[in-house]
Amino acid sequence: MSSMSRRHLMLVATGIAAAVVAPRLAFAQAAAPATPTAGNAPFILPPLTYPVTAFEPHIDAKTMEIHHDRHHAAYVANMNNFAKDTPVIGEKPLVEVLGNLNSVPDAIRTGVRNNLGGHANHTMFWQIMGPNGGKPEGDVLAAIDRDLGGLEKFQTDFNAAGGRQFGSGWVFVIVDKDGKLSIETRPNQDNPIMDGKRALMGNDVWEHAYYLTYQNRRADYLKAWWNTVNWTKVGERYAAAKAGTLAV
Amino acid sequence: MTFTLPNLPYAYDALAPHMSKETLEFHHDKHHQAYVTNGNNLLKGTEFEGKSLEEIVKGSFGKNAALFNNAGQHYNHLHFWNWMKPNGGGDKLPGRLEKKITEDLGGLEKFKTDFAAAGVGQFGSGWAWLSVKNGKLEISKTANGESPLVHGATPILGVDVWEHSYYIDYRNRRPDYLKAFVDHLVNWEYVDEQFGKAV
Repeated sequence: MSSMSRRHLMLVATGIAAAVVAPRLAFAQAAAPATPTAGNAPFILPPLTYPVTAFEPHIDAKTMEIHHDRHHAAYVANMNNFAKDTPVIGEKPLVEVLGNLNSVPDAIRTGVRNNLGGHANHTMFWQIMGPNGGKPEGDVLAAIDRDLGGLEKFQTDFNAAGGRQFGSGWVFVIVDKDGKLSIETRPNQDNPIMDGKRALMGNDVWEHAYYLTYQNRRADYLKAWWNTVNWTKVGERYAAAKAGTLAV
Repeated sequence: MTFTLPNLPYAYDALAPHMSKETLEFHHDKHHQAYVTNGNNLLKGTEFEGKSLEEIVKGSFGKNAALFNNAGQHYNHLHFWNWMKPNGGGDKLPGRLEKKITEDLGGLEKFKTDFAAAGVGQFGSGWAWLSVKNGKLEISKTANGESPLVHGATPILGVDVWEHSYYIDYRNRRPDYLKAFVDHLVNWEYVDEQFGKAV
């Protein structure tokens, strides 16, 4: 499929059709350079590839709905607004824009950092979650054992880092081009791409990610969230990171 | 000093429907309590033991992040509970304060708009403020536990825009929360009291 026809599909896809084709389109949006004729809304909210009830009771359906349809949608809408006056930010691959924020015009730099960061973080987030997510295996499990002290220690350390992030932000597993893993946090919607790094996976610790079910109990959310991780996707992202083809 | 959690100056359901009982229970009994508990633990054995809360907030800023976060949030919340009251808001301000808002900020209506805009514009967790700096009123916003206190100003009104302040009642609609705060919750007498101390 050419990037042109992908683009066309993304623009017309709605409802059920969008849900069916979503997984490929979600990758394609960031992977395929947008064409100058893409119209004035180059940023697309990737539809969820599972129902909002998929993670009950770990993440409630209302939280999933608001998180995706309101919070993530707002980041996308804000980016499309910026793209009206500055089309180039919608034409370049996301990684290029986020990795070179200094080349974004002053007037919208903070807005792009926050909103494109939010778009990148959430696109990754929805990707690496899924029902019946299995267990880490193969290369990514070997890397967890080698770099993060095994699955149990990794999860404990990741949860602790997420708990320590004061205020809104994210806890990430960073993957370098050699496949080496480390745990890092970022405030607000900052994304590792901004520092020339890449996220293998990450968890959202903004209160909107968990407040309706967990309120002040972020630690309980961090623990329960592991039940939602799709390890097949994480494995795919690990391979893509090493191949240098990770789109977001 | 050690930090202590004050009781709310009104019943938990007194600010409904603008701020629900459930929100105040979590916000006061859990979030503020955690800042008090963590703050006291982090204070032990530091040079700040025995200092006033304001001294601890100013002194720990940029030096001891964990202590600052908790002390800062304790300071912010102590005032936040008093910056609200049942049937607050409205257009009847103590005269000297209204006059000053007109002089420095272009009038009450403009203040309300600009103050709410500061709250909406604070990306992520933080606060929006009205403070006095060098004798003049100014509107600002800060991230997380920061306040104008660490930027050479004295806060006289602040609104918490951490999502825990409004998520139960307003979900993602922060602008609606800020409008309700300004229109129905602000305790202008307490703002005026803080203004009197600051000038």
